[in-house]
Formats: sequence, C-alpha cells, structure tokens
Amino acid sequence: MNKPQILEGSRAIALIIKNIAPAVISAYPITPQTHIVEDLAKFKADSQADYEYIRAESEFAAASIILGASATGVRVYSATSSQGLLLMTEVIYNIAGMRLPIVMTCANRAVSAPINIWNDQQDVMTIRDAGWILLFAENHQEAVDQHIIAYKLAEQLKLPVIVNVDGFIMTHSYEPVIIYDTKLIKKYLPDYKPTTGQYLDPENPITLGALVTPTNYMEIRQELHNDLIASLEVINKEYKNFKKIFNPALKITKLKNKNSIESGLLEYYGPKNASTILIAMGSVIGTIKDTVDNNFKEKIGILKIKCFRPFPEKEILQVLKSAKYIAVLDKSISLGHMGCLASDIKAICTGKISAKIQNFIVGLGGKDITSNIIKKIIIEVRKKDDKTKFIGK
Amino acid sequence: MKINIAVKPCSTIVNKTGGWRTFKPNFSYDKCISCGLCSRICPEGCIVMKNLKQYEKLKPITDYNYCKGCGLCAEECPAKAVIMEKEEK
Repeated sequence: MNKPQILEGSRAIALIIKNIAPAVISAYPITPQTHIVEDLAKFKADSQADYEYIRAESEFAAASIILGASATGVRVYSATSSQGLLLMTEVIYNIAGMRLPIVMTCANRAVSAPINIWNDQQDVMTIRDAGWILLFAENHQEAVDQHIIAYKLAEQLKLPVIVNVDGFIMTHSYEPVIIYDTKLIKKYLPDYKPTTGQYLDPENPITLGALVTPTNYMEIRQELHNDLIASLEVINKEYKNFKKIFNPALKITKLKNKNSIESGLLEYYGPKNASTILIAMGSVIGTIKDTVDNNFKEKIGILKIKCFRPFPEKEILQVLKSAKYIAVLDKSISLGHMGCLASDIKAICTGKISAKIQNFIVGLGGKDITSNIIKKIIIEVRKKDDKTKFIGK
Repeated sequence: MKINIAVKPCSTIVNKTGGWRTFKPNFSYDKCISCGLCSRICPEGCIVMKNLKQYEKLKPITDYNYCKGCGLCAEECPAKAVIMEKEEK
C-alpha cells in the first residue's frame, strides 16, 4: 500500500472509496461508470468491506437511497453517468438544498439522442446550477486525490461534491496510481460525525427539506450561493492540507516548472506572460500539454480548471491578465449559445481582460481530440474572427 | 450555514393553513360522549382531547389555525355532535 500500482481508473476509484469507508453505497450500473460499482459490490460480496451496498431499480432510486441514508447522519457514496445523472436530477437539487454531505463520481458521457456511450462533459453541465461543488480530474491520481478531498469538503461545508472523470478515457484506461491506505486517509479525513439536531434520529425527531414560503425561500437560496462562493477558499486550503499530509508520506517532490501555478481550484502550466492561453477541463489537458511541449517553442500557457462550481473567478483572472489570445476548449455545449465553460470565462472577463476569447467545441460523443486538433486551435485562435467553432479533425 | 433548515415537527412559523377552510366544524360539548374518535381521525392532528373545568370527561379542542374544514370529524362522530357550518370571512 501507498506505492504506485498499475490500475484501471474505475478500480482505483473503487479502491479509494473502500478505504474512505462510507457506511452506505447505492448505485445503478451505467456505462462507463459500471466498473466502479461492480468493484464496490464485489468488495462487499467478498467481505473485504463492511458498507451496506443497496441495489436500486433506477438512478432515481439510487440517488434517493443515498439522500435518505445521508440524512440519517452517515457517510455515503454513489456513482453515475449521462442518462443516469439526468434521471437523478430532481434528487440532485434536493441533496444540495438539504445540505447533505454526499460525494458522487460522474463518469462523464454524452447525452442522448442520438444515443452515444462515449465521453464528453455534457451530462454534468445539465446539473451545474444545482448547488454542488464540481471537481474535474485530469488523470487517475488526481481523481483518487479529489475523492478524499471531496469528502473532507462535503463534511465540513455541508455541500455535496461530484468528482468528474472522463468516461472510458479515465475509467477504462490503466495508469500507475497510488491508493492510500486507511491509516493515512484517517490522518486527513477523520470519521464522519453529523451535527447534533441536523440529522434524522428517532430520539430527536426533525424534518429535513420542509416547506418554506416566499418569506424565507430566497434567503435560504442566497445562503447556499454565498456558502458555495465562500467554499473556494476552503477548497484551496484543504488542497494544501492534503498535499502537506500526503506528499511527505509518499516522498513526492514539487513540480519542476517554476512558473506553474497549482492550487485546489486550477493548475497553470506554461511560461509567465504567455500571449496565448488554452483553457480546458479534464483528461484533454494531458494531450494539450504534450502537443504544446512537442510542437511550439513560443509562449503558450495551459490553464486547467479543476473546480468548475464554484467558479474560481479571481484565480482565473489572475492567470489570464497577460494573455492576448484565449482559446476555451469545451466538451459540452449549451445548444443555441456556446460551450458552457466558454460562456463562464467570457462572463468573468468582461471589462477586465481585453484579450480575444474564442470558443472551440471538441470531442463531443467521444470524438478523439488529437494533437492535430490542438495545433489547429492554436492557429485559429490567433485569427481575427471569434465565432464558436466545432473542430472535429 | 447560519439559517437552520432542519426543523422540529409542528414548528411552522408562517404557513397557518386554517385560512383554506370553507366549512368550520362546530362542536356541541353537551352532545359529545367524549369517545375521542374525532381527535384520532383528524388528518391534520389538530383536535386534542382536553380537560375542561365545566365537564367531567375530556372534550375535543380544535386548533383552527390548522383545521382545513375537511369534515371528517363531523362525518365520523357517533353522537352527531359536530356540525359543519359555512364560515363567513
């Protein structure tokens, strides 16, 4: 344990969830999330874990089961994908509104129709406004780390967290990854203790998710918004704490590149004062880094957004201030408008940054994002026109 | 989290639902045989059997803040001691 193993992404996530030790897991299998829950069900069947594994008849039921279990004051887990997440939508909003500290994995996949089981990030974009913290992982190790941080955040902030991993690209691929043992995890993430009077207990009956009239509803929603915005600082702090505890234990040294910025919210890779900056989320960052390193000598920066909600406005503007050309790569689209990440980037840059911001839609429904596509984008972004472009080849 | 969204039962502060009522149950304590059926049958749980000074046995007291006037108490009362009357507002 605590040493790199070659593991499938799904297995790595399942193993770390086993070590985090939730009390209740409920999920409904859906490609490409299936291997995660298959592994978790097998751990239970083989007596390697002692959580309750509750089989559900649909994602709506699975989400409702973990909502109910979490309301009784225990740590819970679920995982889903695409249509499954859409079926959960009503419960997803309820979980955030009831302030339950639930952690879920979303193996990002395209949404029907036409039916498609491959990766893009459209599914999670449909629930971006629900009040969950949305984290995006680039590789297996980051996914494993983010699950531990997610529980820490959820349980202290009373905000639910979704860890997003690109379907197939991460869930079905093999990479060296360190699975931390329970002892090390407990140093960072102690056992969950719910707040007295805030969970369902027959000795002390309460109602959660009660009716609220127009007099108070807006105030409660405003508080949820404010708490999400305030959580930006906590996410950063908890990320630092995580590194402080886990890095020495695993003898990991810091990044070599001096100019890189790494925080819990984003990662910037590239030179200071880069004139062209590419922004993206998830596994595509690896392809972009390689393409830029191997083909371009000039100053190109790469900004990875790790935390999409709450949106780290201040931190992003800090990175973008010197840029002349900004390309935003989206694996999702708000049909009839533009990519979801691009519209957020444009919104925060208005009046603050004069750079040209162009949106590129890539990799929808599992279309490969190759080095050639990245090269094309870097050439396109320096041209005059700034229309949203679909780059497929 | 400053606002407490976990609430105790029966602690609503603004939404008194008695205003939805069209018919109001009127209880005749002289006819009432103190069986307590109305209290048990009330879907709102707003009828409570209480000890009143002038009567020996327990008598039903209704919380009209929450009585919606469904009329179940009148329907089920074995002594026909509950009469539904149109409420003037």
